[in-house]
Parts: sequence; C-alpha cells; structure tokens
Amino acid sequence: MKKLLILSTALTGVAASTASADVTVMSWGGSYAVSQVEAYHKPFTAETGINVVSVDADNPATPIKAQVEANNVTVDVADVEYADAIRLCDEGLLEEIDPAILSAAPDGTPAMDDFLPGAVTDCAVATIVFSTVFAYDSSKFSGEKPDSIADFFDTATFPGKRAMRKGAKANLEMALMADGVPAADVYALLETDEGVDRAFAKLDEIKADTIWWEAGAQPPQLLADGEVSMTTAYNGRIFAAAVTEGKPFEVVWDGQVYEYDLFVIPKGAPNLEEAKKFLTFATDTQRLADQAKWISYGPARKSSGALVGMFMDGKTEMGPHMPTSEANLTNALASSYEFWVDRDSELNERFNAWLAVN
Amino acid sequence: MALPVYASPLERIWHYTYIAICVAIFTFLIAPILIVIPLSFNAEPYFTFTEKMLSFDPEGYSLRWYDILLTFGMTAPDAPRGASWWMDVWNNATWVRAAKNSVIIGVSSTIVATVLGTIAALGLSRPEMPYRRAIMAILISPMIVPIIITATGLFFFYSATGLAGSYVGVVLAHATLGIPFVIITVTATLIGFDRSLTRAAASLGADPTTTFFKVTMPLILPGVISGALFAFVTSFDEVVVVLFVAAHDQQTIPRQMWNGIREQISPAIMSVATILVIVSVALLATVEILRRRSEKLRGVTSS
Amino acid sequence: MADATADLAGASPAKLTTADGRPLKSALARAQAKARRRAFLLVLPLLLFIVLTFILPIGQMLHRSIFNDGFAANMPQLTQWFVDNPVGTEPDESAYAALAADLKSAAEAKTIGVVGTRVNYEMSGTRSLFTSTGRKAKNFEPPYMQAVLEADDKWADPQLWGTMRQVSDAYTANFFLAAVDLARDTEGKIVQAPEDRRVYVMLFERTFLIAGLITFLCLLLGFPIAHLLATLPLRYSNLLMILVLLPFWTSLLVRTTSWIVLLQGQGVVNNTLVATGILTDDTRIQMIYNQMGTIIAMTHILLPFMILPLYSVMRPIPPSYVRAARSLGASSWTAFRRIYLPQTLPGIGAGALLVFILGVGYYITPALVGGASGQLISNLIAFHMQDSLNWSLAAAIAAVLLAAVLVLYWLYDRLIGIDNLKLG
Repeated sequence: MKKLLILSTALTGVAASTASADVTVMSWGGSYAVSQVEAYHKPFTAETGINVVSVDADNPATPIKAQVEANNVTVDVADVEYADAIRLCDEGLLEEIDPAILSAAPDGTPAMDDFLPGAVTDCAVATIVFSTVFAYDSSKFSGEKPDSIADFFDTATFPGKRAMRKGAKANLEMALMADGVPAADVYALLETDEGVDRAFAKLDEIKADTIWWEAGAQPPQLLADGEVSMTTAYNGRIFAAAVTEGKPFEVVWDGQVYEYDLFVIPKGAPNLEEAKKFLTFATDTQRLADQAKWISYGPARKSSGALVGMFMDGKTEMGPHMPTSEANLTNALASSYEFWVDRDSELNERFNAWLAVN
Repeated sequence: MALPVYASPLERIWHYTYIAICVAIFTFLIAPILIVIPLSFNAEPYFTFTEKMLSFDPEGYSLRWYDILLTFGMTAPDAPRGASWWMDVWNNATWVRAAKNSVIIGVSSTIVATVLGTIAALGLSRPEMPYRRAIMAILISPMIVPIIITATGLFFFYSATGLAGSYVGVVLAHATLGIPFVIITVTATLIGFDRSLTRAAASLGADPTTTFFKVTMPLILPGVISGALFAFVTSFDEVVVVLFVAAHDQQTIPRQMWNGIREQISPAIMSVATILVIVSVALLATVEILRRRSEKLRGVTSS
Repeated sequence: MADATADLAGASPAKLTTADGRPLKSALARAQAKARRRAFLLVLPLLLFIVLTFILPIGQMLHRSIFNDGFAANMPQLTQWFVDNPVGTEPDESAYAALAADLKSAAEAKTIGVVGTRVNYEMSGTRSLFTSTGRKAKNFEPPYMQAVLEADDKWADPQLWGTMRQVSDAYTANFFLAAVDLARDTEGKIVQAPEDRRVYVMLFERTFLIAGLITFLCLLLGFPIAHLLATLPLRYSNLLMILVLLPFWTSLLVRTTSWIVLLQGQGVVNNTLVATGILTDDTRIQMIYNQMGTIIAMTHILLPFMILPLYSVMRPIPPSYVRAARSLGASSWTAFRRIYLPQTLPGIGAGALLVFILGVGYYITPALVGGASGQLISNLIAFHMQDSLNWSLAAAIAAVLLAAVLVLYWLYDRLIGIDNLKLG
C-alpha cells in the first residue's frame, strides 16, 4: 500500500510537470486541428515560449457554454461557428474582443478593413471560411458520377449508404437545394413551417440509408472504411484525406453551404492575457495564409489570400480546393447566422425527435 | 454431464446438440475479445485478416500499431531512439500520458474505496448492525444507478465546488463507483468468518487493533484484495464520468479510446485493446488465485 | 440470550447484578447499544462518503428538474408584475414598462439570451424575439406599450404573455411534463406535446423493450452455459468459468471496439461471408450503427451478469432430484420442466433483474454502435446535457429513469436480497 502511494505521488509529480500548459485551445479535432497546430500553435510557442494545448470537441461551442454556465472554464480559446459565436456572445458567455488587438495587414491596412466583411464581431475573430459539402468515394461509382446535390439524395441512381452530420444545420439547407430550391430562396423558405416540413420530407427519403456522424473526423473515415459511399463533410477533411492519404475521394461543390469559423475567448478563461496574445498572433496575415498549407479552408483576411500557394506536399495548388474559389460558387449558399442564431435550438430539437422516431 | 448408458437415441442427439450450442455460446463470449489480438499485428491499416495474414506470411504482420502508441503525440517522433527519445515518449506521447492518468486515478480511487469499503464491511457483517438492509442498499446503489445519472449529478456538483477538472474529483467519483464491489466481495468473505477467532484473541489479551491486524486482516485479505482489484478495474474502465467531469489533463485510456473509436478506429486502438486484454487476464488470474487461497484459508472444501 | 436473562431476572426475587452492582438487564442493554453503535461507527465514514459524493450530487441535480430561474432571476420587474396581477389580467402600460426595463437591463447584463432560451423551451421561436428586442431596448421611451410593440408586434401575442407568466415562477413541473411528451397550453391545462416533438415516451418504451429483449437473449444464452458449468465436475467447470469471467474483466470499450471490428460493413463477419460466397459485395448486412448493433453488443456485455447468478443457484441443486424423476417415469423433458427448472427460478429472477436494471441505464455502447435507431434514453440525457444544454429537461428525464431503476432495485432487494449479489 505504502509503495503504491509513493508510486502514485511520483507519477502525479511527473504528470504535473508535463501539464505546464499556458494556453488551451479547443477545436474540432482531426486534420483541422492538425492544421491549426502547425500554422498557429507551434510558431506561437516558438515565438513566445507559451505552450499551447490543443483539445478536441465535436463542436466546441457546446462545452464552452456548459463550462461558462457551470462556472468551470478550462479553455482559453475556442474555435466555433458563426451562429454559435453570436449566440454565446448574446448570452454573455464570451469575453469581448477589442479589434485594436488585431494586427494590421503587412501593407498597413487596418485589421478591420483587411478582414472579410463580418469576419470580426464583438466577441469573435474569424480565421477561415469552410464549407459543408458532400463527397463520394469514386471507386464506388464506375459509370456516372454524382455531380449535383440532388444526386446525394438519389439512392436509386447512386446506390449505397449515406452519412450526414447529426444536426439540423446545413442538412436542411442541402435538402431544400436538392429538392430544387434555388440557393437564394432557401432561408426565406426555411422561415416558414412548410419549408421546414419540406426539408424534413426530403431527408426522409434517405433516412433509412443514412449513418449520422458527430465529429468532423468521422466522414472521411466512414468513406475510407467503405461504410458509406457518399457523405456530407467539411470540405477540408475530405481534401486532407484525398491528398495526404491518396484516397479516391471527390468533393461535389454543388449545393455547398459555406461560413466562417471563428476564434472566441470564453468568459472567465483562466489565462486571458495569453489567450489574447494567441488570438493576435494566430489571426495575422501570415498565420492565416499558412493554415491553407495544411487544409483547404480559405483565410478570412484579404491580405492572406495572395500568400496562399501550394499545399504542404509542394505540388497541389490550393486555389481550386477552396470553398470561395469562383468555380465552386456556382450553386453555393452562404450559411445565414441570423437564421441559425434564432432557430438552432428549436430545429435541432425537432431534428432529434425526427431522428429518434423510426 | 456424462451421457447415461440408458439414454435414448433422441437424448443422444440432444446431448450432442446441447454441447454444440454451448460451444457456440462460448465462442460468442470469447471470440470478440480474442479477435482484436491478431488484428492488432496487421501490417495494413485494415480491420480484417489480409491474405498475407491468413497464409502466415511474416510480412503480413508488424508492430507498427504498437509503435504508434509510443510516437503519437510526441514532439519529435523521428529523432534517433536514444534516452531523450524515450524521455519524449514518457512526457508527451498521448497514450503514455493517458496510461499514467489511468494508473494514478485507478490506484488512488482503489485505495480510497478499499479502505472505506473494508471498514464498512466489517461493521455491516456484525450481527448487531442496525438498519443493515437499508444501509447496504444505499452503499450498493452506485453500481445500480445508471452511470449517466451519476455523471450528470457530479458535473453540477463538481462545477459548484471547484472539483471539476481536477484529479481529486475524478478519484472521488471513481472511488464511489468502486465501493459497491469492495463491499460485496469483503462481506462475502466475512460471511464465512469464524467470529470465535477474534474472541479468542481478545481473551488472550489482544486489544481490538492488534486483533484486527493479527487475526482478522490476514483472513479477510484475499477478499479485500479481490475487492480492490474490482475497484481498480471499475476505475480503469470508466469513461462516462471522465467525459463529464474531467478536464483534458485527466484523459485516461478509456477516454482516449472513446475518441479513437468515434473518430477513426485505426488498428492502434486494437493494439491498446490487446494490451488491456492482457491486463484483464492478469487481473482475473490474480483474483482466481486469491479466491482459491481464501477458500483454503477458511477451510471451505471444494465439493 | 437477552430473553433468557430477562426470564431469570423475573423469576428470582434477588435481581441479578453485575460486579459493579448494576442490574444485569440494563448492563446488557447498554453493552448491546454500545456494540450497535460501534458497528454503526464503522459504517459511518463510508455512509457519509457516499452521501456526499453520490446522493447529494444526484439530489442537487434532480432539483434542477423542477427549478429554473432563467426568467425570474433576470426579469425581476416583470416577474413582480405577474405576482401582483392575477391570471387573465391584460398586460397594461405598467406591464410593458416592466418588460421594457427588464429587457434593457438584461440586454446590458447580456443575460437576455438566457431569458429567451428559457421562454423558448416552452414556446418555440421566441428566443430571437427577446434578443432582437433587447438590442433595441436601450432606446425605448414611454409610452412603453407602443415602443415595445413598434419594435416587434409579436409582443402582443396573449400566448406569449401566458408562457411568460408560467416561466416567471422558478419552480415548475413543466420539464417533467416535457419528459413524458406533455405540455401546458396558455391556460395552463396539460395537453399532449406537438406531434413532431413527441419522442421521450417512445424512447422510454424503446429502452425498456430493448433492455427486455437483451434480458431475454441473455437468459437464452446464459441458461445452457450456467447449466453446463453447474453440472460439470468442478475442475472442468472452473476452467470454463474463466471463459465467462474474462469478458467480465475486459474493458467495456475493448469489447465495443471488437464488435465494431466484427460487425461493420467491411468487418470480419461481412468479409468472411463475402469471401465464402454467402453474400456478395452489394448485399453486405448492416449489423452495426443501428438497433441490431446495440442489441448484439449489449447482450455480449451483460451475459456474464446472467450466467453468474444462474450458476450460483444451479450449482447446489442435487442431480439426484432429476434422476429420481426419471426413475419414476418422467421423460427427460418433463423432468427438466417440472423438477429442474422450478429450482432455478431464483437464479433466473436474480440474473434477469440485474441484466434488466443494468441494461436500462446503458450509455456507452449504444452511443458508439447504436447509430440513430439504437439510441436509448441515457443517450438522450447525455444529449440534453452536452448538446442542447437544456439541463432542466435532462434532469427531469434522469429523474424518471432513476425512479424506474429504483423501483426495480427495490424489487430486487425484496425478492433476492442485495446481500446475495455475487461477483464471480
């Protein structure tokens, strides 16, 4: 018993000495977290000596809310979607961010003019533009390949299991677009009960063939394991699996839903000063451009766009893989945060009820 | 179980069918546990037996997934494997850190559960214990109450008291979950305990403390140790409470596996699983040996 | 012993006393009280520990199921107005003034979202009304009724005022109603929840059905094994017992992983079936990420909990009873049914109840292999805890589940006795 005690104290000592982290960043795991570690965390530590701990969550917004409301905040910086950033800010769960701490572009353009419209809010600073797209395993379709969002819902022509994110967001929009609704009318229609019913009716068509994923790292894995032949996914994840692991995955940009991802600081973050320092560092022009070396998400600063070049393998041009590239925007939808800020909890409740009923 | 000589042909058929059914059920019990072992040596990142594996070609097998357990999360995994490399493994490798946390939390919570549980079991097994049944029901309840309810309750309680995200919080929670096992095994040992032995010790002038350590303790020790092992395994295997109340500093092996299973089941998960199976075989063997020793000590003869 | 001394004391004229002159009866009673106290003191530390780390947290959590002050704490003036004015009062200028003042202060304190969320639980689509009006509230001038209605005319909705009155009381039974698919209408009458939200009763039913099915499967698979172990000579059965105990000691996550590896589309089972030509690549069976996955994996995980109590009941049954029945002319089936089976009933009861109780509260396995259709009520509690963050509803569902489990637990204690719980 005594020996065990000594052993456990010794181990505690070791564990404590290794856990001398200074900034904890909560993000979405998988290849996206890797891109942040490479582009932000490592250079930050090299420059300031402050360690960065990377923590994963399915959607960091929910643990943040739980932590702040339970008064038990362990995270200093979190990476969240736009609607969540607004919502958490409204509820007083985030520290306000003074835009003055953001660094100007290399040519001297003030930060507020350099960021894309809406990319800086009271409590959040955007880093990237990402997109929810659908992707397929090209080895599963020998003849005709899927090329429109309607094909995702067409299990007769394109047989095989599907996978979708377990949540209402993006799924409802995609369902309506697949049902022939022009991107411009999607949110107006979703504001009505008929629109929501119509979206769920479209989802009903493939419900029996669908596996629901929660973490962003799951869809490429589901494709790789052959569990599904098509899945919705964050475009960067599919890109990473296709380029770095040579998987035969193809992204279909038709019907993509794109939006910002933003850094926020939860209220009561244990290391507020370091968190602000990290935020300033990670959102400067060079860092945002660097991230695009690791994953195909568009930087949220105009000045970074010019610096984006090749993927880290040195031969893949990033431009065509970005959600915001001209060719990919022919039938694309900008996610409406106004809509989701208000309707998120209600529609998710309905979505989960819908999911639970067989 | 032997077939009687007078068995009818129908009964013979049934007898062999029955044996076949039992073999099938045993396979159902054991195969899923054993299947991960060969697969963890797969040279390919697949979860099925490759042709090379089936033909026992050594090229089909490799230790690469075990290597990943060491290198994943290291700062410089490609450095030459000298002392500093191993230092890096010890300090930074994700799975090694998880293992350290599991051991720290497991051992600490086992100590708490075993000490408190054994003392309580001594009281519970005394014939004059008041409200025995009700108290026993309360003490066993952590095993019965759905773990999600316990975890939810602890989440709010720990958030309010500042225990959330601390080792102490996780240890206390795991101790609570382990206590029913200690109570059950130790009281089971005490049922066969001959109380005249303690009276004899007392009549020979030993004070209660001496009696406890010289007479009672050696006799119930096997039960206490198997209770402790149960408590340890409970903590070692627990993930829901860790999910709800632990911070990233206290990630344990099951927590890490939970991540791995949900996001990507690489065969690395199976190498962890293999190691855990070996651990459980070792623990089971210990418990079995203790049980037999305890039966011998208490003079229970095998029928 | 005590009775005997009492008789003695009553019979003899001179009272029996101890060496120091006290009556023996009271000395004995005192000694016994002391022994009881001593036994209790041994248990006390653990009892306190369990109360502190287990009972208290759960109690505190359950309190949330009837208490939510998200509205009352952040809208004090309007809450006061509801207290001052009886049900049915039309909201007048004073009500709107209170509303405007509260909205303004809540928007400044950034608690307006909390208020909106609380009202939104009862009446969908109202959250945005609070946040958007809150943003405009700092410019409100009297008359407030007009100002508020100009900001958004939805504020005139009597249903909204009815809902706000309901939630202004921090103590509410509404979350319990929601947990069983009921709701209150504007007059406070209890009605069924809208159809597209009725899910909890169905999930409770599914949980009990699946747990029942798993219990049945465990019994079906466990009975032959327990019987075999009980009738084999001890040296063989001890060896075979290890095959039962090993899964018991193996990590839950390891076993769940194994089932994923075995059952997934490209898993061992499907691949073997395809390789042997029973299936083709297109007809691979979906055995995981659905109810089937949950049922298979949970049956495997809970099977030892059935076998162990069955075995401990079957082992002491003398084989001579069945032999006697046979010699009296019973067929082997009759002998089994009439003689053996009734004697195993206590084991069946113990195993079935234990498996059922554990199955009803399962979380990890359904979460990992259950897909959408294999989710149980525990997963829903986790969902409301971690995703929707409707903690009061999570607590209410947890309370219902807990009540069900405690009833079963009580039944177990009455029928089998907790002392008879054995592990290996």
